Amino acid sequence: MVTAAPIARANRRLTLRLLAVTAAMFGFGYALVPLYDIVCDLTGIGGRTGIISEATATTRAVDASRVVKVQFVATVNSGLRWEFEGPETPLEVHPGKVYEASFSASNRSKRPVVAQAVPSVTPVGAAAHFNKIECFCFTRQRLEPGETRAMPVRFVVGKEIPRRIGTLTLAYTFFEAEPASASAARRAAASDGIGANG
Amino acid sequence: MTFDSRLFRRWIHRASQAAAGLAALAPLSAAYAEWELNMPRGVTLISREAYDQHMLMLWWCVGIGVVVFGAMFYSMFRHRRAAGHAAANFHHNTFAEIVWTVIPVVILVLMAIPATRALIVMEDTSEADMTLKVTGHQWKWRYEYLEDDVDFFSSLAPESREAIYSDPYATDNYLLEVDNEVVLPVGRKVRILLTADDVIHAWWVPALGMKKDAIPGFINELWTRIDEPGIYRGQCAELCGKDHGFMPIVVRAVPDEEYVAWVDDRHAAQELVAQEALRDWTVEELMVRGREIYITACAACHQQNGQGLPPSFPAITGSEIATGPLDAHLDRVMNGKPGTAMAAFAQQLGDSDLAAVITYQRNALGNAVGDSVQPSAVRAAR
Amino acid sequence: MSAATTRDAHDDAHHDDHHHHGPEPGVMRWVYTTNHKDIGTLYLVFSFLMLLLGGLLALGIRTELWSPGLQFVEPDFFNQLTTMHALIMVFGAIMPATVGFANWMVPLMIGAPDMALPRLNNWSFWLLPFAFALLISTFFMEGGAPAAGWTLYAPLVLQGGANLPFAIFAIHLMGIASVMGAINIIVTILNMRAPGMTLLKMPLFIWTWLITAFLLVAAMPVFAGAVTMLLTDKFFGTSFFDAAGGGDPVLFQHIFWFFGHPEVYIMILPSFGIVSQVIPTFARKPLFGYESMVYATASIAFLSFIVWAHHMFTVGMPLAGELFFMYTTMLIAVPTGVKVFNWVATMWRGSMTFETPMLYAIAFVILFTLGGFSGLMLAIVPSDFQYHDTYFVVAHFHYVLVTGSLFGIFAGVYYWLPKWTGNMYDERLGKWHFWLSTIFVNILFFPQHFLGLAGMPRRVPDYAVQFADWNMVSSIGGFGFGLSQLLFAWIVLQCCRGGKQATAEVWDGSDGLEWTVPSPAPYHTFETPPAVR
Repeated sequence: MVTAAPIARANRRLTLRLLAVTAAMFGFGYALVPLYDIVCDLTGIGGRTGIISEATATTRAVDASRVVKVQFVATVNSGLRWEFEGPETPLEVHPGKVYEASFSASNRSKRPVVAQAVPSVTPVGAAAHFNKIECFCFTRQRLEPGETRAMPVRFVVGKEIPRRIGTLTLAYTFFEAEPASASAARRAAASDGIGANG
Repeated sequence: MTFDSRLFRRWIHRASQAAAGLAALAPLSAAYAEWELNMPRGVTLISREAYDQHMLMLWWCVGIGVVVFGAMFYSMFRHRRAAGHAAANFHHNTFAEIVWTVIPVVILVLMAIPATRALIVMEDTSEADMTLKVTGHQWKWRYEYLEDDVDFFSSLAPESREAIYSDPYATDNYLLEVDNEVVLPVGRKVRILLTADDVIHAWWVPALGMKKDAIPGFINELWTRIDEPGIYRGQCAELCGKDHGFMPIVVRAVPDEEYVAWVDDRHAAQELVAQEALRDWTVEELMVRGREIYITACAACHQQNGQGLPPSFPAITGSEIATGPLDAHLDRVMNGKPGTAMAAFAQQLGDSDLAAVITYQRNALGNAVGDSVQPSAVRAAR
Repeated sequence: MSAATTRDAHDDAHHDDHHHHGPEPGVMRWVYTTNHKDIGTLYLVFSFLMLLLGGLLALGIRTELWSPGLQFVEPDFFNQLTTMHALIMVFGAIMPATVGFANWMVPLMIGAPDMALPRLNNWSFWLLPFAFALLISTFFMEGGAPAAGWTLYAPLVLQGGANLPFAIFAIHLMGIASVMGAINIIVTILNMRAPGMTLLKMPLFIWTWLITAFLLVAAMPVFAGAVTMLLTDKFFGTSFFDAAGGGDPVLFQHIFWFFGHPEVYIMILPSFGIVSQVIPTFARKPLFGYESMVYATASIAFLSFIVWAHHMFTVGMPLAGELFFMYTTMLIAVPTGVKVFNWVATMWRGSMTFETPMLYAIAFVILFTLGGFSGLMLAIVPSDFQYHDTYFVVAHFHYVLVTGSLFGIFAGVYYWLPKWTGNMYDERLGKWHFWLSTIFVNILFFPQHFLGLAGMPRRVPDYAVQFADWNMVSSIGGFGFGLSQLLFAWIVLQCCRGGKQATAEVWDGSDGLEWTVPSPAPYHTFETPPAVR
């Protein structure tokens, strides 16, 4: 029979180890955030697109034998009083070649608004092969009341895009980028108890 | 909540039917067509693939069940102490254990092969004939036909909404009817792009065989080619808040010519709405239209009688906004209230509809402000 | 696998004085207690109260779904009912009940005097009442309880109001409680076994709980992280799950189900263990394939970490992802099948009697397997696109959790109740409880398969009239099943108060250390470790 003291020591040691595992798994929950980003960038889950430099893009060979249709979709979150449109007709592109498409946004509200466009590409298999060189979605956009601005995106479709993909859709959704005061308002609304409307 | 005796009698009636159904333990007859048991086979390649996989798996499971439970019941019957059976003492048999590890693996492979093949067919994202963009909103769908320039919102039909608290049997297709149907041409490959405005929704019509999530900020796709003309009904399939159960989908599949005619009709209707927004409306016109809009766009939260569900959904009746200055009322309806469930309706409703519903809110539901709003005033506020 | 040779010597005079004391008198016994049997009892009583409360919420759901139209509750309150029903049943009823079993039985089955960390044990139990008081209090707040489903999907859950921080704090407390409980169980099993009880001599219940405890330690902290991210997204301006701020709502689902799928096994593995104790006893034959049972349990636990995305096939995944999660999910059928075959082989050529624990164990094997079948069907992605988020899924997981986990727990209660109380329960009433529960639970959940296949989505407060008939049948089953549990409460109470004296062995086919101590098990047991051959 083992005496009490060594057991107590062994128990303490094992407990501390398991607590360390617990803490590590809590950390792992957070580590899943960057891990997910990496997986998304690699596989295009979540419509995640790639970003490459102009220099890299222009050195690539063009596959003139293939045509992929790129369709543009523009969405405005209903909280934002903007109008936002993309090119109406799809663009037929050769993989490897750089193209530019121009979206257009105008602020229909009576105050200056800062907004952020969120890009997404479908089908999922295509997203990883869609590379942007320059995009209005890289930064927040500020529009004065009534102002209209052309918003260009320069992109190249990778040559490795699977054969079965004939059409891909590039979608942008504009959301109001929360100014400091709005997030404070949201927090205040939340601490009021509920999201009351009226 | 009202409690009416007619409804109560109907419960009793249904309860006796249910008891009868239970007693028979089987679907009774054609008259009880509601005792639906199985997945619909549907009208698309995808739905048939889903159905075939479903039936294949069902029969596999029935087969395995018969063997395993058969052995178990045989044992329970024969190897009872009451039947005088003495216990054996074996507790190990490597051969048997290998056999019942290997056989399931083989069966799983046999299941996986057709499933994989079906999945590859279903994920075919090649060339489509047309694109329909679907946006989920709390609690309605927006449909945009990208090539045909048709754009509308689709909400629960007013007849269904009115039946929720009275008699669901009094209306056709209770909860599965909308004010604006999606019309699609038969035999054409339609690419459906899905996104959402507020929370995650899921677009699902069982007869088309596929559901996919509509996620705010992201775009998803599914495709369909409907083989037979008809009306196909579905619902939102991802919990999206209070009225998740009240945002149906209705797809009407029609031959090509009819589809073209429908698109023309839609254009004409959109044109008419634009024209109508340019003239002055009488108060009566505004109130009639306003009531329709109120039921489809406002009643889900603020309730049909305008009492709301405080504190989350305040009353319209006697509210500061609806009985106060017009400008503030217009602003609240058009731009919503950030951080709350109050959506911005500027995108969702046209000038006339906004004018009508605001007029209605100010002069009905127990309010009597006495003023009215013209479409031109809404246009000016945009 | 364990054969005890020595009777317990709990009352021998050579122990230190303080060991002679029985429980403290009065209510403070329960507050201060560090005794594993007391704490086990507390857990079991608490979980039964939560079962009744969660069941009451479920009856609220079934009442509203009795017929089409809204008659009793508003849609938002309905969503609160479904959300709270799930949270209370998962974290309040099933998990604490299995921890209660662990507290009572682990020391008795491995020949330890108590749990390794008795004071921690007291604390992990007493966190629970506070956690649930906090959670339940949200019902009385402005805006009510959480209503976004127990899966707490962003961004919907972020629309919740005051309830959110309370619910999240409650979840944190439950998480801390169950992780501490799990650590205690691991330490007890690994360090406190009687001499001679090697790992592969441990009863299967101990094995399943050891593996469950590791799952808890690995999965619960991830969940704690996920809800903390929700909290900071809502109140501190982060945007983990907000697309507008560069986040992704689907990320929440990935993190949630990375926890959520192991959680499913956390709820079922202890019941696997209980059934693996019960069936050999009443078949009067040793458990068939003990080692393969252990390996099967371990592989189920391992697989549970790589199948999570099968809960979210409809979010839009690359084909390769869909195939990967389909194949891994199907693979779980292999070790699960091994377990079922082993249970049947244990019964094969035994000398069976059918007391209540055995009846529940047999019903468990059959009905859990039915739930397994529908699980296999759900794994098939092409048809999952149809099944997903319908009542078919609701039927599936209730077969696994009610006729699986809960029936396993019932089997365990009837099996060990005589050991706990020293009295035999009323066998006739026990059989009544079994048959009523089994018949009604099938009336309750089987028609939900049909509803789901016919196209009824889950989490809806109201439905189209073609779903009316099966919903009414299901509600009838719900009321019947709910009422049958009052009989269970009566049987247990009656057994605590008296009844036929139980022997130490209780069952003539029983085997294991717990049957070597007298019934009722004395307050202190195995202060001198028993020798295990």
